[in-house]
Amino acid sequence: MTAEVQTADYELLGPELRQEIAKYFPRYPERRAVLLPALHLVQEQLGYIPQQAIAELARFLEIHPAEIADVVSFYSFFRRDRPLGKFRLWVCRSLSCACRGGESLLAYVSQKLGIAPGQTTPDGLFTLEAAECLGACDFAPAIMVNDTLHGPMTFEMVDELLASLRKEAGQSPGV
Amino acid sequence: MTEFEPVLLANKDKDRSWTIQVYEGSGGYATLRHVLKEKSPEEVRKAVDSARLRGRGGAGFLTALKWSFLPKDHPGPFYMCVNADESEPGTFCNRVQLECDPHQVLEGIILSCYATGVQRAYIYLRYEYHLAFKRLTEAIKEAYDKNFLGRNIRGHDFSLDIYVHRGAGAYICGEETGLLSSLEGRRPYPRSKPPYPTVRGLFGKPTIINNVETLACVRHILERGPEWFRSIGTPPPPDDPQDPGSFGPKIFCLSGHVNRPGVYELPLGIPCGEVIERYGGGVWKGRRVKAVVVGGISTGLLSASELETPLDFSGPIRAGCLGLGTGGVVVLDETFPIVEVMYNGCRFFAHESCGQCTPCREGVPYALEVIERIRRGEGRLVDLDTLSEIGQAIGITPGTTICGLADGAAWVIRTCVSKFREELEDHIRRTNPQGYRRRLPPGTIVLPQGAPAGIVTRKVQTQWTIYPNYQLEMINKPTGN
Repeated sequence: MTAEVQTADYELLGPELRQEIAKYFPRYPERRAVLLPALHLVQEQLGYIPQQAIAELARFLEIHPAEIADVVSFYSFFRRDRPLGKFRLWVCRSLSCACRGGESLLAYVSQKLGIAPGQTTPDGLFTLEAAECLGACDFAPAIMVNDTLHGPMTFEMVDELLASLRKEAGQSPGV
Repeated sequence: MTEFEPVLLANKDKDRSWTIQVYEGSGGYATLRHVLKEKSPEEVRKAVDSARLRGRGGAGFLTALKWSFLPKDHPGPFYMCVNADESEPGTFCNRVQLECDPHQVLEGIILSCYATGVQRAYIYLRYEYHLAFKRLTEAIKEAYDKNFLGRNIRGHDFSLDIYVHRGAGAYICGEETGLLSSLEGRRPYPRSKPPYPTVRGLFGKPTIINNVETLACVRHILERGPEWFRSIGTPPPPDDPQDPGSFGPKIFCLSGHVNRPGVYELPLGIPCGEVIERYGGGVWKGRRVKAVVVGGISTGLLSASELETPLDFSGPIRAGCLGLGTGGVVVLDETFPIVEVMYNGCRFFAHESCGQCTPCREGVPYALEVIERIRRGEGRLVDLDTLSEIGQAIGITPGTTICGLADGAAWVIRTCVSKFREELEDHIRRTNPQGYRRRLPPGTIVLPQGAPAGIVTRKVQTQWTIYPNYQLEMINKPTGN
């Protein structure tokens, strides 16, 4: 690959990750355009996008770190402060979901997990997010867990869902 | 229009409908083979032009006209961006199309790229559509394997590469120039037009941006002919030479308080009430309709008396809405408060405003604050005038913002205030009979602005008076919510 793949001073962006990012280069005429796919890869691997990763990515993509911070801070999907939980729960509260109980579903999940939207449980298992339309209005009220869509949800189904997710993570489901 | 045969969703319920075997089994890619062999790009453009296909993404711009804006003597390359960043609340038809029939969309893209001389297309897919992403990537791989994509497609000297580019959860990326900025790896601010993307778009090159559903229609126009396409829908009214008519099938996404939410492919011009009654199975719990969002929340609301409105490109405009939008029909029953609709809509637009233009960045949150106040029972009748003023002032129609997404917020406010003013006034009178300010607890000292900190409750900038130990007092709590 290019010269900067070989330089050793990357702490967070390991060679495999850089390799993965470099796979996107031929798709675009400019390196900068790889930024969004690269950020997805970084967040997938690290759980969030720390400042150090931004600096390293900037070197790799040959743009200024400020430009990356500019982009990262725009999208609600990216997190910069601390790693996300193992499961990221998006509870939709847009109109179609709201009129079928999305708001109370969000309140219920929030109560169940003991965290407010935007927070992560202390055990690092769940991150709760209030979503603005998941595009799943036919499944209203909908919840998305990482990349799986669930709906239409009821309170009982939320209990079951949380229990099965806990089980998946190897915790006792009764918590 | 007696026998309407769905084409866009024809494969939806078939087993493994997303695979190339099923798609080719039902006649897929036959059109592409035929067109590559028999027709010139010019003829394809002519067919789309005479079908008078209009963009399905919201604006309803004539597709062939958009294509014709590409510069003739440009060295290239040209790009195509397929807008699959469907984030409008109430809309999910692109998701269903990409999940159930990705090859249909791909064939439409290939045909359109052939017609316009594009050699590289990007599908901008919203990140939330994980299943669609999976199936679309598989479909692209299958298409490459069969040489429907790649170099010299089917022995013809036309080459095309398609890449999927995933977004990261931002509504603004559905705006065409915002989409371009996002794809280029910049902060997704929309750009001023002109220059239009067809002249200077992605990476500074001429770029065509079309919606998923529009491109899927292209395939069917070429298969069945423009006459077939024009036999569906509503012709232009004779008294309006500006209106190119609304032809073809359209996917309507039905959600909210209906018995059978889902996607329905219907001819344009179908009355809104018929969609709800005949296809959606009526309003749930035997209730009546109070309001209907016509085409995604940004288009505004129809009231119960306007259910006869035909859902085509001009019908909702005549009924005082922004337009057909994306075809996301959200039904609200008689118990759902209009204040909630306004609150929900404005919260969405306040959250998704990119922050580039002041009227949208400041105006929408301000409106949201006013609505919040009405909602918690502290509204004043004059607030409705303020809201309606904001609704008139922001957006691309009054010319105060760069992109049209601010209009979305404006139309929600405008239609709610103009069509449901009575209900809103009732709500304000009921929840805040004293009208003009909060009821102060006895003995409260009203201090001027700039008083010592510590007793400030909230919003020093906008509040003239400060109430120590003030408890929110609800007079006649709102019922039914």
